[in-house]
Amino acid sequence: MPVSTTNSRLIYDALKACDVKLISALPETWLVHLIRMADEDPDMTLVRIAKEEEAIGISAGAHLAGVNSALLMQNHGFLAAINPIVSLALLYKIPLLMLISQRGSWGEKDPWQTQGGMVTEPVLRALNIPVWHLSSSTDVQRRIKDAQTLAHASLHPVAVLLSRELMWED
Amino acid sequence: MLRADALHAIYPDLERHIVVTIMGAVAVELYTLGHRHNFFYLEHAMGLASSMGLGIALSLPDHKVVVIDGDGSLLMNLGTLSTIARYRPNNLLHIVFDNESLVSVGGFPTATSTGTDLAGIARASGIPQVMEAHTPDSLKASVTEALASNTLTTIVSKVEAVVPKSFHMDLPLLENRFQFKRYLESLRRVTAQ
Repeated sequence: MPVSTTNSRLIYDALKACDVKLISALPETWLVHLIRMADEDPDMTLVRIAKEEEAIGISAGAHLAGVNSALLMQNHGFLAAINPIVSLALLYKIPLLMLISQRGSWGEKDPWQTQGGMVTEPVLRALNIPVWHLSSSTDVQRRIKDAQTLAHASLHPVAVLLSRELMWED
Repeated sequence: MLRADALHAIYPDLERHIVVTIMGAVAVELYTLGHRHNFFYLEHAMGLASSMGLGIALSLPDHKVVVIDGDGSLLMNLGTLSTIARYRPNNLLHIVFDNESLVSVGGFPTATSTGTDLAGIARASGIPQVMEAHTPDSLKASVTEALASNTLTTIVSKVEAVVPKSFHMDLPLLENRFQFKRYLESLRRVTAQ
């Protein structure tokens, strides 16, 4: 499977450097290594959810309890979680560090991913959620730390879009 | 059973623990019994009180968390039962008041009014201890037993579909949120010492 193990490790190490102690995730091809790393890490609580809506509630609970969390999701999972993002995270000023695999964008071969790929950024913009496109392996730690810092300062969700060039090795 | 009577019966247990409720009638009734900084009322995001409770329970494993859910909310997020059962936090108690109705938004009947069995779904989802309690006394006994057992528990209680006279709570959402967070952080500091 040509998902980049090296860059997945960079992302995972960046989350560890951010003192992330809880990760919620729903399996998706680009995220397999990240989820495996979380599963194998005895200091990480990995919550495998049934639907991404749950992850917003779980991260909200963790935040109120003083635990840093991150959400791993595909962009279609983000789209499935819109109402909780609005009526829990935005309403109650809950910071969320969302790492979203940006399927259906440039270079996508799977037709079923393409509609989600085209609407992800417009929806994020409509929700006023700051977005960083993570596409280079040279600044992963800096960008993820910056995203978490902004989320905590603004008490607002932020999105780090994981791009094909970072996650996929053709 | 009236939900207000049920809450009154278990209030002495609730006041000592972290409590997350759903929106609407149950939030108002608990608030009216006496608001505490360890009570959080999720005034929207239907279905997610149990997910929040899971996040808190996993983050504060030395403290009991009580989620007060409803049939309409739980039916919107049935996957939560399988997720909670998967991680089995032994400090989580999930109470479901089933009035067979979306009572706070006009009283439309839910699927529990036509036979859907939430206790059965909880059991089949893998919740290790599921109880049913339909009187204030039996609910109080079930809550006490569940909290003492250190076992993830769901209690389903049938209640009448009645609403309070007013839904007004003199507590802005964000005040409740920051109060509650400070309370949870104080627990974390005590635990860390």
